[in-house]
Amino acid sequence: MHINSFFVANFHEFSRNDSGRFVFVRGLLLFLTVFGLAGCATPQLRGTGDLGVVIERAAGSIQVVETTRRTRLGQIVGLGDLSHASVNYSRDERYAFVFGRDGGLTKVDLLEMRIVKRVMQSGNSIGGAISQDGKLIAAANYTPGGVKVFDAETLDLVADIPAIDDAGKPSKVIGLVDAPGNRFVWSLFEAGEIWVGDLRDPARPKLTKFKNIGKEPYDAMITADGRYYLAGLFGEDGLALLDLWNVAAGVKRVLNGYGKGEQKLPVYKMPHLEGWAATGNELLVPAVGRHEVLVIDQNKWTEAGRIPVHGQPVFVVARPDNRQVWVNFAFPHNEVVQVIDVPSRTIVKTLKPGKGVLHLEFTPRGEQVWVSVRDENRVEIYDAETFEKIGELPADKPSGIFFTPRAHRIGL
Amino acid sequence: MPNRFSRICRISGLLLSVVFPGMVFADLPSPARQAELLNLVRQDCGSCHGLRLEGGLGLPLTPQALREKSPEVLKQTILHGRGGTPMPPWNPFLTEAEASWIVDILLKGLPDAH
Repeated sequence: MHINSFFVANFHEFSRNDSGRFVFVRGLLLFLTVFGLAGCATPQLRGTGDLGVVIERAAGSIQVVETTRRTRLGQIVGLGDLSHASVNYSRDERYAFVFGRDGGLTKVDLLEMRIVKRVMQSGNSIGGAISQDGKLIAAANYTPGGVKVFDAETLDLVADIPAIDDAGKPSKVIGLVDAPGNRFVWSLFEAGEIWVGDLRDPARPKLTKFKNIGKEPYDAMITADGRYYLAGLFGEDGLALLDLWNVAAGVKRVLNGYGKGEQKLPVYKMPHLEGWAATGNELLVPAVGRHEVLVIDQNKWTEAGRIPVHGQPVFVVARPDNRQVWVNFAFPHNEVVQVIDVPSRTIVKTLKPGKGVLHLEFTPRGEQVWVSVRDENRVEIYDAETFEKIGELPADKPSGIFFTPRAHRIGL
Repeated sequence: MPNRFSRICRISGLLLSVVFPGMVFADLPSPARQAELLNLVRQDCGSCHGLRLEGGLGLPLTPQALREKSPEVLKQTILHGRGGTPMPPWNPFLTEAEASWIVDILLKGLPDAH
C-alpha cells in the first residue's frame, strides 16, 4: 500500500504537463494497483486441522493458534465475558462456536480470522455442544436456566427448552453434551435431574427426563463412544450414570458415598468433567473436595483405586494414547501440573508452570500439551514424552485451550 | 512504632465499629496486597460468580445485587463460607481486614479491569 501510494504521487508529478500521457499513466496505475492488491489479497491455502483457539478470559478475546509451528496466527476481540468460556467446532473445522459466560454465542471464522455472527442468547451461560450432524448448536444456560438450540449456519433459534421441574422451579443447566442420534444430554443443578433431548426434528424436541438422580449435579461428561453419560454430584459423594444404549434402565448411582465418613475439604474451584480420562477399562476422575484422582472400573462401575495428588484436581486429561494422565488443580494449588503414569498409578512428574494453571490440551496424537498459565499471561507448550518445555506464547489471562480435532469427537 | 500505631488503629477501629456498627474501620491492605486481592476477586471469585461478578454458579456480586445485604454478613460469608452451598471459607487465605476491604470494594463496584 505504501509503495503504491508512493508511485501514485511520483507519477502524478511527472505527468502533470502532458494530459494525454497523464490519462495513460493513470490507467496503467489503476491496472497495477488493482492487480497488485488482488495479488496481495489472494489467501494462502491452508488446512485447519492443526489450528486451535486460546481463550483470553478477561479481555474477551481469543487467539487463533496453530500447533505445527507453535505460533499465533491472530487475535479476535469483542467476544464479551469469557470466564468459563468453551468452544465447539464445525465439522469442517473452519468455524469455532464460542460460548461466553455473559450468554454470548459467537461464530468465528478461523481462516478469515473474523466474527461471522454473534448473538446474546441468554443472561448467563455455561457452555454448549454441537449436534452429531453438525447442524445444531445447543447452549446450556444458568439464567434463565435451560437449553437453547440454534441453527449452526445462521445462529437462528430453533428450539428453546426451559429447565423447569415438575414443581415449577427453574434450574441451572450443566453438563450439556451431544450424543449419537442427534441427541443432547444435560443435567439440572437444583432439581437433580438428567434430561435427554432428541433433536432429529429440531422444531419438536422429544424429551426424556430422569428424576432424583442425586443432589446437585455440577458437571457431566459422555464417554468417547457416546454410550455413558456421567454426572458428578456436588451435594453428595457419588456419580449418576446413564447408559444411552439402555435408556429404559434409567439412571444408576455409582461410587455411592465414596468418601463416607471423611471430612471433605472446601472446594475453591469446581472440577471439570469434560476432561475425564477414559483409559481402556478405567476412568480417572477428579474427586470433589479431596486431593485425589479416583479410578473407576468401567466394567463394574465401582471404585478401583485412588491416586493421591498435589491438590484438588480440576481437569484430569488423558494423553491421547492413554498411557499418561495430566492433572491441574484448584486454588490455592493451581501453580502445579502433575503427570500420572496410568499402569502404575504413580505420579511420574510434577511441573510448576506458574500461578493459575487453568487448562491443558493435547495435540491430537499427543506429542505436545499446551498449558494455560493465567497469572503469568502465557501459554506453555511441553513435550508430552520428555516433559521438556518446548515453547511459550504470550496470552492475556489465558484459560481454555481448544484444538480443532475436537470437531470429530463425541462430547467435545 | 508502626506496630504500636497499627495496634492503636486496630483498637480504635474496633471501638468505633462498636459505637458505629456497620462502619468499617479496619487496616487497609498494602497497595501490593490490594492488587493481589483484586486479582483474587476477579479471577478466583470470578470462577463461580463470573468475571464481571454478574453471577454464575454463585450469586451476582454487583453493588446492585448486594445493596440490601449487611456488610458484616458479607464479610462472614467470605471468611466462613455458606453452609449448604458450594461457597467455601476463604479465611485460610484472608484476614478479617482483607475480607472487610473486599466487601468494601464489592459494594462500591470493582474498578475496571482494562
